[in-house]
Amino acid sequence: MAHDTIIAALKAKFAELVTTEFRDNFRVVVAPARLFDVLQSLKDEHGFNMLFELTAADYLKYPKATDRFGVVYGLLNMATGVRIFVKTWLNEPDLTLPSAFPLWKGADWLEREVYDMYGILFDGHPDLRRILMPEAFTSFPLRKDYPLRGRGERHNFAVITRAES
Amino acid sequence: MALTIPDVMLARLDPLANWVRANSLWPMPFATACCGIELMATGASKHDIARFGAEVMRFSPRQCDLMIVAGRVVMKMLPVLQRIWTQMPEPKWCISMGACASSGGVFDTYAVVQGVDRFIPVDMYVPGCPPRPEQLIQAIIDLQAKIKQTGTLQGTEFGKRTEHKGPLPMHLN
Repeated sequence: MAHDTIIAALKAKFAELVTTEFRDNFRVVVAPARLFDVLQSLKDEHGFNMLFELTAADYLKYPKATDRFGVVYGLLNMATGVRIFVKTWLNEPDLTLPSAFPLWKGADWLEREVYDMYGILFDGHPDLRRILMPEAFTSFPLRKDYPLRGRGERHNFAVITRAES
Repeated sequence: MALTIPDVMLARLDPLANWVRANSLWPMPFATACCGIELMATGASKHDIARFGAEVMRFSPRQCDLMIVAGRVVMKMLPVLQRIWTQMPEPKWCISMGACASSGGVFDTYAVVQGVDRFIPVDMYVPGCPPRPEQLIQAIIDLQAKIKQTGTLQGTEFGKRTEHKGPLPMHLN
């Protein structure tokens, strides 16, 4: 199996790595401090030349969760078709990760989306702005402590009547 | 059958203008979601909105007098909708097509406006998710009846409308 050699090589290089496997998904859990090194090693030494997914999840109300945010990187080796997931945990107040933009240019908008929805900052990103919500929006709507119906933002517009238009 | 047309006809100008306006509505298709597909089907040959004089879809709001809001409107889109509405010349009307445009539909979330009639005036609501083309055509027919009943040549009925209740029929004014 291609995964076994990759994970063995990774574990030899980064001793503290935790790896799990579930239904053919191979996952590597790494601390934020070593995240960039692991990603760089996967790209340069194991040929993961595509970042096909970068997303996050809020584990605020999750049973038995010990950390607040999980950020997941999905990597694909386009030559062999092997996929691997790299996950890292983040807690407030330090919600900063190294940007993956120097490795994969595709991380640009993905990191902007994670920032927009969860407020996770990516150090080294060239243009970390909101990508989906309006610029003036102040909350991070996919956080679990943000109410589903918002805090009144959707009704914060002027009303145009017939007489005015 | 011989059709006899008199040489001279007398009519009040307001109903005449209404009759002309009602039968040449130029829609502004503000289609943001699946209702837009039904709107296209309404315009296409099978349902043929041209039978009711409303086939001239214009993509410039300055040439339109009927806005059809087809689909959900999110909070980022609403300023665009309001701007397009104010760009349309008088007299103008608005159809809120489908559940999302009328009430937000199933999208009761932070980003989706819960009905465009909270922010722009709406003359006709079309229920459905999405509505059939027949329902949209019915709305246009009903709107034509409304235009014929309430319109004035100068459009003075619009200036009096500061709430969502529409103008009174002409014979009650």
